[in-house]
Amino acid sequence: MDLNFTPEEIAFRDEARHFFRTAIPQSIRDKVAEGEGLTRDDMINAQRILNAKGWCTVNWPVEWGGKDWTSVQVYLYQDEMQQANCPTPIAFNVSMVGPVIAQFGSQEIKERFLPATANADIFWCQGFSEPGSGSDLASLRTKAEKKGDKYIVNGQKIWTTLAQYADWIFCLVRTDPTAKAQEGISFLLIDMKTPGITVRPIITIDGGREVNEVFFDNVEVPAENLVGQENKGWDYAKFLLGNERTGIARVGASKAKIARIKELAALEFSGERPLIESPRFQEKLAAVEVELKALEMTQLRVVSDERKLAKGRQNPASSILKLKGSVIQQQLTELLMEVVGPYVMPYQRDFEGNNEPIIGPDYASEAAPMYFNYRKVSIYGGSNEIQRNIIAKAILGL
Amino acid sequence: MDFDLSEDQRLLKDSVDRLVADQYQFEQRKKYMREPAGYSAAMWDQITEMGLLGLPFEETLGGFGGGSVETAIVMDAFGRGLVLEPYFATVVLGGGLLRRAASASVLGALAPKVAAGKLKLAFGHVERQSRYNLADVSTTARKDGSNYVLDGAKSVVIHGDTADKIFITARLSGERRAAGGIGLFLIDPATAGVTRRGYPTQDGQRAAEIALTNARVSADDLISDNALPVVEHVIDEAIAALCAEAVGAMQSMQDLTLEYLKTRKQFGRAIGSFQVLQHRSVDMLVAVEQARSMALFAAVMAGEQNPIERRKAISAAKVQIGRSAKHVGQEAIQLHGGIGMTNEYAVGHYFKRVTMIDQLYGDADTHLSFLAAHGGLFGKVA
Repeated sequence: MDLNFTPEEIAFRDEARHFFRTAIPQSIRDKVAEGEGLTRDDMINAQRILNAKGWCTVNWPVEWGGKDWTSVQVYLYQDEMQQANCPTPIAFNVSMVGPVIAQFGSQEIKERFLPATANADIFWCQGFSEPGSGSDLASLRTKAEKKGDKYIVNGQKIWTTLAQYADWIFCLVRTDPTAKAQEGISFLLIDMKTPGITVRPIITIDGGREVNEVFFDNVEVPAENLVGQENKGWDYAKFLLGNERTGIARVGASKAKIARIKELAALEFSGERPLIESPRFQEKLAAVEVELKALEMTQLRVVSDERKLAKGRQNPASSILKLKGSVIQQQLTELLMEVVGPYVMPYQRDFEGNNEPIIGPDYASEAAPMYFNYRKVSIYGGSNEIQRNIIAKAILGL
Repeated sequence: MDFDLSEDQRLLKDSVDRLVADQYQFEQRKKYMREPAGYSAAMWDQITEMGLLGLPFEETLGGFGGGSVETAIVMDAFGRGLVLEPYFATVVLGGGLLRRAASASVLGALAPKVAAGKLKLAFGHVERQSRYNLADVSTTARKDGSNYVLDGAKSVVIHGDTADKIFITARLSGERRAAGGIGLFLIDPATAGVTRRGYPTQDGQRAAEIALTNARVSADDLISDNALPVVEHVIDEAIAALCAEAVGAMQSMQDLTLEYLKTRKQFGRAIGSFQVLQHRSVDMLVAVEQARSMALFAAVMAGEQNPIERRKAISAAKVQIGRSAKHVGQEAIQLHGGIGMTNEYAVGHYFKRVTMIDQLYGDADTHLSFLAAHGGLFGKVA
């Protein structure tokens, strides 16, 4: 039992710390810290910087640009990236479709898509959820009918994050309507420029446009865009959703938020003294810090265990990472908003591209939108209630 | 970084786990509790034979040089068994004070006796007014020739009723809450002027109220004349040990509850098939795992020499353990329903033990205040 990192691990951590804080432009990192939305170019630029160092697709197979890192190195890489407020590489590319293609795609489809996906030459979005298929994803109805060497796709996807930026969409589509729900689904790659695709924005409660509806009206997709085998898409989707075990806790990002809360709470006053000196505030923050420390230790236990467990087996503790990590992230956005005080009120998103001076302190305008926006983290990627169902079944045997 | 146990640690864990599994079933424990001392003399002998009493001492003193991780391994198992014997008082508190405060000659004379099961220790520090302030000592020690005369009273001295010798803190100088001037004595409870009143505690263990009235002890009994730093460190180690014990108890509550949900049938089906109960048991699991993580953190940080960093870490752990234990304990009773309320069933006894652990050496709120006032755990990355 030794919680100290080895000299090699410390050297790696320091290299990562230096790299993320020097190579990624400050302007981009400031936007992440403040919760301001990144532009498409910001995301692509950041990803290309990582990719140039070979630090973008570390979770991929080595032959496709992955790293043969230890689980501790992967942990340090994520922790430092998040603490430095670097944008995470586009998740749809790097955590989702890339690993699925690398694992299940043909050689031809790998060569066609993986390098472009790594370098963000293609910006992907994810077409999974549908209006009638949220938590019950396997009930999805968007259908793809095989006609010669094409699929004809009809239906609708929803909650499609950043579809407005995307070049391509990876979709779960129903290819066998007669089979059991999970057995008639395929994993299809579709060019967003194909005729018949319409993207309509959904404005969320924070006023932002992250998610969309995507409609498919007789969209013709070449049959070679199928990943793996027809009707095996559900297996690939499960692989995709189970892929990320530890990064999902976002411990590093929460550490960065705590540092920011402390910084801002020293600037805001509560009565005669800075808010950071109010015992009531200190205790609220410390309570979240305790939970975060516990989560960090839990994550390290999982990381340490990954070396020993057979592939595919999970430490029971890993199941709590998303559950607890999401709630901590939400609590911190709530505290950040409380720190700002009355100047959370002006709604300033409409001012973008406007030359009017900002109202209130420059750190204030995103605090409330970020709080509202972060309600999503206990909903997406399998809501926390679905997580509990999974843990009850898989870990507790109920 | 790795969380693996060493070979020696694994052997230790196997042997204490086996002891608890074989000899500390709930029905056996009931028998042990009925013995005159409130615990089993035979079990004490067995714990001695296993070498557990020498755990923190060097090999030359009859021990095996274990640290906080080894202590945590033992206490986790004892938490699952709700072990009654005065291990915590003798080895964790008493052994810790001996090791950190006693001169080489006193340590050399007494440690082998502790390791051999011939010297049970206790620590009288807390007083009626002190609550969780370790510097608040009003018991006095007045120098009188080659003696000291002790006056005052010590509260809730864990296993003070059966200890062969008792560590007592008493003020040599300074105001009631002054950090300096606290003396640490190791006294014989048979000394004239020392009275002790033993009693059972809520969780089935034993403690004593100790009164000191004109109690004359030798100057040789003074172990330290500036004891607060040592007391703080030993209490931090003790908290780390209690965190491990609480995690063992929580794990047992989780196991019992899960077993019950799978076997108890109502409305024609196992109650564990109901989603509301499934989700509540998942939240119990989360609480147990978070607590386990912080108990490990406490075990590792208990040896930290920087007192503020150490105390912050220990406080954070005590907060998490207190909150997790309250959640797990209350839910374990609730999910069992009526059977969980009965004295005949184990789950309530675990609940009582973890509830008392929260009150020992600072409850969750007390430790949260300390942590909050000292800047929390996370700062800016350099």
